[in-house]
Amino acid sequence: MSAKPIATTRSATGIPTGRLAVWWLLASEVVIFGGLLGSYIMHRVGHPEWAEAAAHTQVWFGAFNTLVLLTSSFTAVLAHQAAESGQGKKAAKFLVMTMGGALTFLLVKSIEWTIEISHGYTITTNTFWSFYYTAAGLHGLHVIAGAIIMGFIAVDAWRGRELQRVELIGIYWHFVDLVWIFLFPLLYIAK
Amino acid sequence: MVEATAEVWHAQHEVHEHHGPQGVLKYLWSTDHKVISMQYLFTGMFMAVVGGFMAYVFRMQLAFPGSSVPGFGIVSPGEYNSLVTNHGSIMIFWVAMPVLIAAFGNFLIPLMIGADDMVFPRINRLSFQVFFISALVILGSLFVEGGGFGGAWTAYPPLSAKGVYNQTPLGATLWLIGVALEFVAFLLGGINFITTLMNARAPGMKAYDIPMVCWMIVIASILFMLSVGPLIAGAVMLLFDQTLGTGFYDPAMGGDPVLWQHLFWFFGHPEVYVVMLPAIGITIDIVATFARKKLFGYKLMLYTTVATGVLSFFVWAHHQFISGIDPRMANVFMVTTLLISVPIAELMFVIIATLYGGSIRLATPMLWALAFIAEFLIGGVTGIFLGASGADIYFHDTYFVLAHFHYTFFPIAIIGTFAALTYWFPKMFGKMMSDKLGKIHFWGTIIPFNFIFIPLFVLGMGGQHRRIYNYQHFPDLAGADFQRLRIIATVALLVMLAFQLVFFYNFIRSLLRGEKAPKNPWNANTLEWTTESPPPHGNWPPDQMPKVYRGPYEYGRPDRESDFWPQDEPA
Repeated sequence: MSAKPIATTRSATGIPTGRLAVWWLLASEVVIFGGLLGSYIMHRVGHPEWAEAAAHTQVWFGAFNTLVLLTSSFTAVLAHQAAESGQGKKAAKFLVMTMGGALTFLLVKSIEWTIEISHGYTITTNTFWSFYYTAAGLHGLHVIAGAIIMGFIAVDAWRGRELQRVELIGIYWHFVDLVWIFLFPLLYIAK
Repeated sequence: MVEATAEVWHAQHEVHEHHGPQGVLKYLWSTDHKVISMQYLFTGMFMAVVGGFMAYVFRMQLAFPGSSVPGFGIVSPGEYNSLVTNHGSIMIFWVAMPVLIAAFGNFLIPLMIGADDMVFPRINRLSFQVFFISALVILGSLFVEGGGFGGAWTAYPPLSAKGVYNQTPLGATLWLIGVALEFVAFLLGGINFITTLMNARAPGMKAYDIPMVCWMIVIASILFMLSVGPLIAGAVMLLFDQTLGTGFYDPAMGGDPVLWQHLFWFFGHPEVYVVMLPAIGITIDIVATFARKKLFGYKLMLYTTVATGVLSFFVWAHHQFISGIDPRMANVFMVTTLLISVPIAELMFVIIATLYGGSIRLATPMLWALAFIAEFLIGGVTGIFLGASGADIYFHDTYFVLAHFHYTFFPIAIIGTFAALTYWFPKMFGKMMSDKLGKIHFWGTIIPFNFIFIPLFVLGMGGQHRRIYNYQHFPDLAGADFQRLRIIATVALLVMLAFQLVFFYNFIRSLLRGEKAPKNPWNANTLEWTTESPPPHGNWPPDQMPKVYRGPYEYGRPDRESDFWPQDEPA
């Protein structure tokens, strides 16, 4: 299947098909995280004592990771800008920097979880910690998936192929960033 | 490739019919939307046979408790629970969805909008592969230690969450994984359907020129995508409760079992419309073709469907009237539930108004379409009793509920599928089906169907609880009158299942020896009838892709000699 089907090349709405698909993907992601966080908030309102458990989260680790993700979103924008002007190699470099951000985020996260688990706060300690690990874990999986896909796109971009995909992974990456912006205050800061 | 002329293209396709893998792999590893449609169709048909066999076994146990069921043996209580649970799960997730949405969506959307394939052919293939694995997981779960999951297709915790309660720890987890994989498959497929309809339409095809069945499948996909998320989150939580010992649904650990019911039904009720809309779309297209009359109120219908979709997100708690929710909330959900019958009734009236004054041809597909309207109406009207919280407290979890939703799901999943199959069979396989055998199969299905479920309405009104393995254990429920109704239902089921053999015979005979189908056997207007039967790879020669000049329902116009006006015919 070398040639793309005619269907793929059409654009009746005027919006590129890939961009449409990513937005629909994000719509389905929004309701997944929406369901999880909605459940968490309802429980949290009914259990004021969870504030005590939340006080044991590592706020500074979370804050540092927020900074890391925001910075990586910035490099994703720079990659998009480079791809728009047809500079595949430059876009690939910025994508690799974004992947570096993802890696840093995951490293910090694993150190943070090690500290928490060694203090005896595991996923079965109580329902707050269950939500904490489930929500952050699901988000972490999105970070991993995003970084892997970004690797493929960076290789293509380096060779000057499929440059429109740099924008698409960027949209996805902003979403991953945005989910964390919700998770951080809800899980770490709310006392 | 695009510059090739039609002759060159035909010559190429004779020697080299299909690009990509050849031989058996061509069917297993193809990205062609028609092949993927067949994969979904045949997997769905196989699962329907499995689900039908399960229904046969537990209906036999109910009618003749304790006796050995031919082909299965003596049914133990655990097996009974597993059979009813997996019958429900399979019929909805592995029959109704793959056949109505995936098989017909894949086949019809590109053909009806004049495209050569889906916009993401490889994602399409991945969607089927994930779906196929999910089917293997659910079938495998029936044979693991402890047997298949037996906590009902709604999987309420704590029964579903703890192995010590449901006795099927492995079956329960595999069930959950199977359902989750199925969701992934339909999210992938759904994105493809939506973007294909939005972007890949033939030149000239405007929003109101799209055949209704395409709209319906795409609106259903949108509903699915927007409703399934919370259940995916809920399924992850349930999986952790089962395997890691968390307490999301365990009050003793600070969780709440009713949370699952909200997450499940927030998906579960839109899901009813997810499978219903494609069936309605199929009915509309068939009714317009066989009434030879323009669809009454295209825009009305489209906007009504959108309204139904929006409303369907606000009715879910009518499943929890007796789960201890606040009575004020129950009132709100009662109002929204009764409200949603308004747009549905409107859809029915639009179809009936299309029939009015038409020159109706009662071919087999039309019979199925008309039966859909008649039987679905019974399902809809009985739903009003259940939507009213006062009546629901009495009817909850009785056979009345069961009969009600079978009067909706059977028309959707079975009647809708047969309508579509008999209508598009010539296009899918290039052969005509026997109309006579089709009509025998039709009456042999519709009459017993009513004999199965009308007795169950009566049983439900008699207060019969629906999850009982053997009524002899409950002397006041096991009266001879009640038992007689159960036997009528079971015998009717046996008759109906026997008549399905006529369908399979007709299907295989038509494939092998059927009369060759012309391009447009029903004189229909939509684009799929402008190409060969069956359509070649790519659907049309690349330089002859259709253009669209008008809407899909221009039948019986007085200013024209022929009573139809194909969408691609220049004015």
